[in-house]
Amino acid sequence: MSSFDTSIQLIYVLAAACFVMGLHLMNSPATARRGNQASTAGMVIAGIATLILLIHSGSVTGVGWTVLIVGSAIGSAIGLFAARGVQMTAMPQLVSMFNSVGGGAAALIAIYEYIHDEGLRSGVLGTTTVTTLLDVIIGAVTFSGSIVAAGKLQGLIPGQPLIFRGGRLLNIALGVVIVGTAIFMLTTASLPALVIVLLAALAFGVMMVLPIGGADMPVVISLLNAFTGTAVAMAGFVIANWALIVAGALVGASGGILTKLMADAMNRSLANIIVGGFGTGDAAVALEGAADASVRAIAADDAAIQLAYAAKVIIVPGYGLAAAQAQHGVAELAKLLEERGIEVSYAIHPVAGRMPGHMNVLLAEANVPYPQLVEMDEINPEFARTDVALVIGANDVTNPAARRAGTAISGMPILDVDQAKSIIVVKRSMGHGYAGLDNELYTDPKTSMYFADAKKAMQQLTAAVKTLVG
Amino acid sequence: MSTALVTDLTIFVLALLVGIEVIGKVPATLHTPLMSATNSIHGIVLAGALLIGVTAHSVLGYVLAFVAAVFASANVVGGYVVTGRMLKMFRRRTPVEKGPGAGE
Repeated sequence: MSSFDTSIQLIYVLAAACFVMGLHLMNSPATARRGNQASTAGMVIAGIATLILLIHSGSVTGVGWTVLIVGSAIGSAIGLFAARGVQMTAMPQLVSMFNSVGGGAAALIAIYEYIHDEGLRSGVLGTTTVTTLLDVIIGAVTFSGSIVAAGKLQGLIPGQPLIFRGGRLLNIALGVVIVGTAIFMLTTASLPALVIVLLAALAFGVMMVLPIGGADMPVVISLLNAFTGTAVAMAGFVIANWALIVAGALVGASGGILTKLMADAMNRSLANIIVGGFGTGDAAVALEGAADASVRAIAADDAAIQLAYAAKVIIVPGYGLAAAQAQHGVAELAKLLEERGIEVSYAIHPVAGRMPGHMNVLLAEANVPYPQLVEMDEINPEFARTDVALVIGANDVTNPAARRAGTAISGMPILDVDQAKSIIVVKRSMGHGYAGLDNELYTDPKTSMYFADAKKAMQQLTAAVKTLVG
Repeated sequence: MSTALVTDLTIFVLALLVGIEVIGKVPATLHTPLMSATNSIHGIVLAGALLIGVTAHSVLGYVLAFVAAVFASANVVGGYVVTGRMLKMFRRRTPVEKGPGAGE
């Protein structure tokens, strides 16, 4: 290695160290912003090192420079526009799209290395290694899979599991084609074979995500995040670049951990989720014996009285809250209660929202201070000494049936909302589906149901509390 | 297996372990910004995309370099900006209600 190459590699190592430091600083909300800055600094360093490499090589053509500069400018503009404009509720889609382009870029690097132009001229294709093939396969699966995931989250593709006959068989066939062709490519250089692998991997990505339902999205996004990281690390192997290897490995580890956390929080195995057919979005889980039980409905005034004279209130937000854009309303209500000296905190289930930690971001946007956002394991013992648990748009994660064996959600960790002294559930009118009553919490004698749209409900509750204590 | 590949594999495995260690300590509150932050970190793929330019001297090479550069730069710029935007919202206490905060 020449001293120039050594210096560049060392700069890349410095960049990688910045990434690790940046992630380390994310262990607390107080230092997280500095973490992002450290990580950005690492990226700038890596960018400068790459530019020096490009200039030093002296072999980038005029067209080459134009292509790189114009391409980067267009990409940056798109990224900036998307990042500036995105609503916090749409964050999962954006993350998914970034996974997609990251995986896509990684795959393109391997494809380029394979069909290297000089190689083509002499009739010999570039080096085929296991890492090149893995890069193309994982990158392509991530690219198409993430686009489908984003489409589902955005509502462009139906959120419920799309399962059709033979789908599973097709997946197996695609898998066999990918592996078979890839093994063939290890010994024989062939451009058509590369195209086959690429197309099969793209199709596999689509087929993998289509059967997965809305409620399972946190798992899927995490998994695709891990895939992107792995693809980038493989690209690092292909072009012998340590920065890509380290960064890719870090992302792979992060995505892997989040995937496991999310799957555990739903008490489902990864295989079970991928095979699909369960997570039907805001799933209605039918339970026997609960159908004829009656529920107690109350109006805003009654709910306001309970809240205004409580000493401790826990708010349990679910995706329904975000869907109704009620996060600002609930923050306002909480603030009003706090001004009366009532202790208010939020119980956050790990899978509340459409990606890991989504609910926290939505509430942070509504200016809820982060010490009030409490994780499941910490808040569960608190419910017993809570006067009112206010459940807004959360369903399965509060269902006591999960503690019993033999139900569809058995074994899933839940928030112990039923331990509170009284419970108010804000829910839109249950309409026709009342016979298939699904949540045993709703029929608990301590529970009152307040039927309203979450956003309107928060406004009415706030107004009612104000008149009450005026 | 070549020495280079062994070195690369060593780096990969160690980085994976460091990642597991560091990320295991991130609280659930920050999981969305974490994913967004790792999203921007895999934007390092931009370096690889740009390096295509060193050997690209054909139309196909230029096209691949162009698309890879667009993808990777969207990833890296968007990732960092949106992570910063999110982290700015995490506050210990609610600041003064009025003001530009509502404009976000």
